[in-house]
Amino acid sequence: MNLIVDIAWTHIRSRARQTGFAVAGVATGVGFSIMMASLMQGSQDDFTNRLVNAMPAITVSDDRRAAPPQPAEAHYAAAEIRGLTPEARRRGIKNPLAIMASLESWLPGYIAPSVKVQGIIRYANQDVATSIIGIDPRRETLVSDLPKQMRGATLTALYRATNAIIIGDRLAEKIGARIGANLTVQTSLGTRINAQVVGYFHSGVRQIDETSAYVQTRTGQVLARQTGLINELHLRLRDPMAARETAARIEKDTGYKSVSWQEAHEDLISTFVIRNLIMYTVVGAILLVASFGTYNIISTITHEKARDIAIMKSLGLSERKVRSVFVLEALIVGLGGAVLGFLLGYLLCLALGSIRISNPFVDADRLPLAYDAQHYALAGLVALVSSGLAGYAPARKAARVHPVEIIRGAT
Amino acid sequence: MIAAAPELSAPAGFAARPIIEAKGVSRILPGIVPVTLVHDINIEIGANEFVAITGPSGSGKSSLLYLLGLLDLPTTGEVSIDGRATTEMREEERARVRLAKLGFVFQFHFLLPEFSILENVTLPMRALGALSARQMTQRGEGLLAALGLAEHRHKRPDQLSGGQRQRVAVARALANEPPVILADEPTGSLDSRASEQVFELLQNLALNQGKTVVAVTHDLSIAARMWRRVELVDGRIVSDIRTDFDRGAGKNVENRP
Repeated sequence: MNLIVDIAWTHIRSRARQTGFAVAGVATGVGFSIMMASLMQGSQDDFTNRLVNAMPAITVSDDRRAAPPQPAEAHYAAAEIRGLTPEARRRGIKNPLAIMASLESWLPGYIAPSVKVQGIIRYANQDVATSIIGIDPRRETLVSDLPKQMRGATLTALYRATNAIIIGDRLAEKIGARIGANLTVQTSLGTRINAQVVGYFHSGVRQIDETSAYVQTRTGQVLARQTGLINELHLRLRDPMAARETAARIEKDTGYKSVSWQEAHEDLISTFVIRNLIMYTVVGAILLVASFGTYNIISTITHEKARDIAIMKSLGLSERKVRSVFVLEALIVGLGGAVLGFLLGYLLCLALGSIRISNPFVDADRLPLAYDAQHYALAGLVALVSSGLAGYAPARKAARVHPVEIIRGAT
Repeated sequence: MIAAAPELSAPAGFAARPIIEAKGVSRILPGIVPVTLVHDINIEIGANEFVAITGPSGSGKSSLLYLLGLLDLPTTGEVSIDGRATTEMREEERARVRLAKLGFVFQFHFLLPEFSILENVTLPMRALGALSARQMTQRGEGLLAALGLAEHRHKRPDQLSGGQRQRVAVARALANEPPVILADEPTGSLDSRASEQVFELLQNLALNQGKTVVAVTHDLSIAARMWRRVELVDGRIVSDIRTDFDRGAGKNVENRP
């Protein structure tokens, strides 16, 4: 064994109990840091998943970020034209099939078209303003949680009748429509069709469940009077975190406004940054406190071993080597603490994950926890670095021990 | 073709070049009232000398030894080892010189208590890193065997007697085969029998192994049997006497500064 390692290990062993407490201190810090990071990350992931599942990762709409330039502006650089209204253009995404085919060639995820139109559902002499959304049931299954939200039927029930409609369960309750009921749907454009209820859905969001209904894309296009056009493309990505970059590329490729879920919830995302900042501050503080234990043990050892240090230096060990001995001891404490802390953190996460929650306002029945190797690596790294730093000060002091003073003191 | 000139050799017992040399060395401890430990020391110690540094308590014997052994730095003056000035050396370089060229024996054995006897002896070899693990063990065991401690090699220092521990300290000092052994009151804490054993051991190093041994001692009977006696009073050398008859050189030379 290397001499430095041998001496360090011998010192550590000679103060087994105190070293044990220092290791336990670091382990506690690492363990609770991992648990906290797991909890924070888990709740963030849970929130993100809900957010991503509640809406598409990317929504491509027929809007433009800026009004199209006036033709004259394109021709005359210095022209200023007043009193003109922007060029009117027909709404809707043109050639949706071609665009979808093009995106599918590179997109790591799925696409579904949708046509949205505002209308009124009339049934049993009741009129309810509703958002009618035309979807392709097969594609929709791949991009949203609607199939899981279905009650009384599956999403493919939309294929059962020509003008099949799926309405929110609260809307159904409100107007008293059951499966098989024939409703009248009228849009603001004046289009009017009869539709048959083939199922309900329950999203859990009251407003959506009271004011939304789904029909087939074709039916939606009829209601919106835009045959062959759609309003939106909904995308689900395999990696929802890549939505921002993917949306930018789609917007660049197609020219249509592409909004990632992050952009749509910019304010919420920014709170994650603050949350993470708080988390890392607390985790750092925990590990800092743990490192005081390391400082304490290394200080004690260097104090006790002053004579040995003098002997080693008189034999010819350099200051650097003596310093290395004690920094290594601190690192051994840090490493031992990190390894034990990994185990403690994992067990704490298991224990927390096993706690059942029964709250009517929360869907989850367990605490959301994320098991991520990065938490372990980060906590371990911080524990090692802080232990190393905590050991450095006494190690430096020990290395500067003047052997003559100790030898004279002993004689 | 020019014939090679005959090599000039130094007379027996005197080195051609000093192995340790102190020139104008003073050591003053700073403070409100500065304390002078040694003052303007000039001394040359050659290869294969057996030197006693004597003097009353507080005369600066140990201070001089620590300066010669690079454990302390002079306030003024220069200490050279093997012709190399050491004052301007980096700490690491001085440590290296100490490790390779000098072996220390103190009044107390100063063995590391958690390590076995063999581990204590091999420690300087491991620090120097010039030998393989097997070679270090072989040399360590060889040294312990030569000093009659072979059967104790796996014991801890606290399992040995005072004399045995001091012999282990000598074995440790010899670990890297340094040309110089510096001993600070090596018999000071031993009974007369153990003192005699340790003295004979040191004498044997000079007599049979060609080592330079410099020992601080207040025991005049021991100093009288050494080949050179340097006496200090109040931090100054007051006499430097060579008495080489003990090693059979057939002459008794006295030099006084």
